[in-house]
Amino acid sequence: MLVSMNWLRKYVDLGDITPEELAEKITKSGIEVEGIEYVAGKPENVVVGYVASCEQHPNADKLKLCQVDVGDETLQIICGAPNVAKGQKVAVAKPGAVLPGGMKIKKVKLRGVESNGMICSLQELGFDEKFIPQDAAKGIFIFPEDTPVGESVIPLLNMDDAILELDVLANRSDALSMLGVAYEVAAILNKEVTLPDESVAFAEEKATDYISVNVDAHDLNPYYAAFMIKDVEIKPSPLWMQNYLMAAGVRPINNVVDITNFVLMEYGQPLHAFDYDRFGSKEILVRRARDGETMVTLDDQERKLTEEQLVITNGAEPTALAGVMGGANSEVHDGTKNVLLEAAYFDGASVRNTVKMTGLRSESSTRFEKGVDPNRVKNAGLRACHLLAKYAGGTVLANAAEFDQLDRSEKTVTVATEAVNERLGTNISDEEIGEILQRLRFPYTKDGSVFTVQVPTRRRDIEIFEDMLEEIARMYGYDKLPYTLPAGSSQAGGLTDEQQLKRKINQFLQGIGLMETRTYSLTNDDRIHLLLSPEVKEQNPVPVQLHMPMSEDHKYLRLSLLPEILASVSYNLARNQQDIAYYEIGSVFISDEEKLTKQPKEQLRLAGAITGKWVDQPWQQEVKKVDFYVVKGIVEGLSELLQVPVSFHQDKVDGMHPGRTALLKIGEKPVGFIGQVHPLLARKMDLKETYVFDINLEEVFTAYAKQLAYHSIPKYPSITRDIAFIMDKEVQAGAVLNYIESVGAPLVKQVRIFDVYEGENLPEGKKSVAYSLLFQDPEKTLKDDEVEERYKEIVEKVNGQFNTYVRS
Amino acid sequence: MKEQLEQIQKEALEKIAAAETMNELQEIRIAYLGKKGSLTAVLKGMGKLSKEERPIVGEAANNVRQSITASLEEKTAQLEEKMMEKQLEEESIDVTLPGRPVRVGGPHLLTSIVEEIEDLFIGMGYEVKEGPEVETDYFNFEALNLPKNHPARDMQDSFYITNEILLRTHTSPMQARTMLEYKGVKPVKMICPGKVYRRDTDDATHSHQFTQIEGLYVDKNVRMSDLKGTLSIFAKKMFGEDREIRLRPSYFPFTEPSVEMDISCKVCHGKGCNVCKGTGWIEILGAGMVHPKVLSMAGYDPEVYSGFAFGMGPERIAMLKYGIDDIRRFYTNDIRFLKQFHHA
Ligand SMILES: [Zn+2]
Repeated sequence: MLVSMNWLRKYVDLGDITPEELAEKITKSGIEVEGIEYVAGKPENVVVGYVASCEQHPNADKLKLCQVDVGDETLQIICGAPNVAKGQKVAVAKPGAVLPGGMKIKKVKLRGVESNGMICSLQELGFDEKFIPQDAAKGIFIFPEDTPVGESVIPLLNMDDAILELDVLANRSDALSMLGVAYEVAAILNKEVTLPDESVAFAEEKATDYISVNVDAHDLNPYYAAFMIKDVEIKPSPLWMQNYLMAAGVRPINNVVDITNFVLMEYGQPLHAFDYDRFGSKEILVRRARDGETMVTLDDQERKLTEEQLVITNGAEPTALAGVMGGANSEVHDGTKNVLLEAAYFDGASVRNTVKMTGLRSESSTRFEKGVDPNRVKNAGLRACHLLAKYAGGTVLANAAEFDQLDRSEKTVTVATEAVNERLGTNISDEEIGEILQRLRFPYTKDGSVFTVQVPTRRRDIEIFEDMLEEIARMYGYDKLPYTLPAGSSQAGGLTDEQQLKRKINQFLQGIGLMETRTYSLTNDDRIHLLLSPEVKEQNPVPVQLHMPMSEDHKYLRLSLLPEILASVSYNLARNQQDIAYYEIGSVFISDEEKLTKQPKEQLRLAGAITGKWVDQPWQQEVKKVDFYVVKGIVEGLSELLQVPVSFHQDKVDGMHPGRTALLKIGEKPVGFIGQVHPLLARKMDLKETYVFDINLEEVFTAYAKQLAYHSIPKYPSITRDIAFIMDKEVQAGAVLNYIESVGAPLVKQVRIFDVYEGENLPEGKKSVAYSLLFQDPEKTLKDDEVEERYKEIVEKVNGQFNTYVRS
Repeated sequence: MKEQLEQIQKEALEKIAAAETMNELQEIRIAYLGKKGSLTAVLKGMGKLSKEERPIVGEAANNVRQSITASLEEKTAQLEEKMMEKQLEEESIDVTLPGRPVRVGGPHLLTSIVEEIEDLFIGMGYEVKEGPEVETDYFNFEALNLPKNHPARDMQDSFYITNEILLRTHTSPMQARTMLEYKGVKPVKMICPGKVYRRDTDDATHSHQFTQIEGLYVDKNVRMSDLKGTLSIFAKKMFGEDREIRLRPSYFPFTEPSVEMDISCKVCHGKGCNVCKGTGWIEILGAGMVHPKVLSMAGYDPEVYSGFAFGMGPERIAMLKYGIDDIRRFYTNDIRFLKQFHHA
């Protein structure tokens, strides 16, 4: 809402408060003032001039040579505006004037002829072109004939005005009108409100002889008044009205349209003016549209209607979309003589429906949507009649045709001083509350310390005690509220086990050099099916799709964190950042429903991607690219940190390198995978050799919870034995390790691989893998021969199982 | 014999002083103190001395032995020190060569901000709750006093999946969920951080996905001054002890009264500058007293219980704290951006 301070002064005495001071006060007590704009500069030496003569420039086709009377002298001015003519009153910048754009006016010669000033357009005076009347936008601005010559244009064009931009939130629709703002400002400044003149000298002739009003949809249209104004003269509205409309961001058009817009802004009540002679009947019928019915609106668009929309008809066909837009066929035009003026109350939800279906949101529809004041509908009509009689020479007929089932009753809210202080933590007195209510102009009765407040209908937002509490608090001032802390029950706050674990995992990963990322949960057609972890894929998830996505890129809820993380990696590669180690903890969204009937399962996962160098110390000849075992090491580290045993199983996953991928399991449960992104996919995503991991964190949390028990530290010493097996290349070193662990139990506590060798000195197709076995007995000190015996047994079993032999 | 002893001492001490290697010192030790050494020889000849002379010469010989031994030890220490010096000098390296890189990872800036806020409220006795990102219309809107057709509820602003299921537009649904969990009797003191989604076109100040932290405190006799005190502590810890807060009326359907909290501008301390657009204040969060309808829908009797709620955006806080100009930076994961906040 744009509020002109000069306009506001018509209702409230603002004294000499500056726009900045007023803005601060309004903001602090309820409605945020987002900015202050000044209408234009305040140039000196720009005055009203009378164009005494206007002839062709002798040496230029497009220039006119004018003699302009500016009161104390007559100036010869050359003007290039197409609409300049003899007899006009115009804005003249005299020599010495400085225009808002910085242009200095001097005496000059144009094509050999002297020019002593400039005839200005509104744009040249600093007005925003979009608010200037259409005629004036094309050339210079022409003042009304009765404007005194020689007077400064500053007050005439309202150039000394400041506009406050109010951010009016949904609850304060009352402030979408100058009167509403006036009540608010009057309450803040403790001033009176002067109401506009609504007096009308009615003719004897009755409106009801010209028009009747019938309403079919009482619920959507409880009040409709049709005023009849005869013999209007269409012409520009008075300059002051045009000025205020421009300040409010409304383009002046002609007196009738301007008056309806002016009253809209003044009262917050939309009005609509029909050309009576084009209306097509003597009957107004308000009803729901019929499915498939059409009408052509003011903007010359044909609109297809449904039963959800309310229309104004002439009994036969629609002439307006109620509260939204009029029809082209009954529009007021230059030749309009008789005006049919509508002042009505339309249901907000119905107007919102029409706006949604047509996309036509206007100053009018916005006010209906948020709700207009039922006690101001007819008054707004009367105010418009008053102005139409005054500025359009119209004759207002008596007895508007009305349909009236409008509820105008006021709510009452009870407020006890004690309750106010209990809730606010304050010590406000009865007197202070009484004074605040008076400033707000809320009538009340008082019984002891209990106020029964009658809430004016302009404040539709106030219904219950808490609403009244807010009124009192904001007028009292939040600055005066004390600082206290809750006195109630104290409890220890904290994180849940899983939240703590998540932090621990974050710290671990960051500690070993991974960077946490945040990617979008919404993804596109290409990425939604990429790199799904096998145990996710096994559930045959149906991607959860948005009903109305904003873009193709953010359409589905992700099933894997990896595609977006990889896209981030790729983004960095493109910026010459080669070594990236990223991870993210976040949810994927799993559902098997084609159309959701319940929320999808949100599963917390940990995923990451690493590319480039892992070790980078070239001058010591130590440069190591990331490989499978880096990623595996990370998962093993995590497993070690949380004491959750994770096992690795060679497997294939779509989009992954077929020979360099492992499935992760906790116990028998698949929980994710690691490996190298398939080179073809990597190429498609503009990646280099990249390794990834993806783990279901919820399974990790579950396993962690089971592990939480104390294991005593072994008391007796351990013995280590090393052994190298020669085996076929195809044999998995890990399989042998697992086997040793199982046959070695319970004495073998740990098996480690410390050397892998292929090549010279070994037969073709063989490799040597060296294992280190740690023996320990929790009950006693182990003896060498015991270990030796168990060791031999293990070697024999391994040789038998895997067709290996021991390297001597 | 006395002269002989003096001669030996003199000779030995001179040799020790002149010695330059450990080997030389060893030879000197053998030559004088060894089994066949000259001092030993003198001592062996003591048998020929008279009873009176013997103790005198014995004592003299002992003194000589001690003197030589002490001198040898001293010299040995000297030589060792020299050798060590020499060795260390040889071991000298170029300390300007680059060190072995330790990989440094780090948290995402938003995580740092969220955890800082979490810890701050945990310190005040709050628990941390997390809820689903895909919500029901009921919890996202209706339970928060936003019935269907409420003007503040615009379909255009939310990512709906079906008529009843949508991506949460705020973390406020956890207000209702937590209150239901506590069954209308236990006091509620929680914050809820999480991802939220709005139907916005991504640009420098809008993001279709962002983060929000919701806070809720419900108990008997909770006052609005408690909200002001709590938020003031938060603002001072988060932004600095010298920052002031101001509450301004606002509107949220789920609180009444509703306020917006501003903090005084760090740059101009309230006088007005570019950063605060001339107002002296910077908007930080929205808050208010829990609306009685929200309480009663979640099973808390508004005649008995009252409470406050607040909601803030970690992106906005991070942008203000570090002067970040584009919200998209949080989600493009440019390593050069992320690395700047290792320490955050
Ligand atoms: Zn500032």
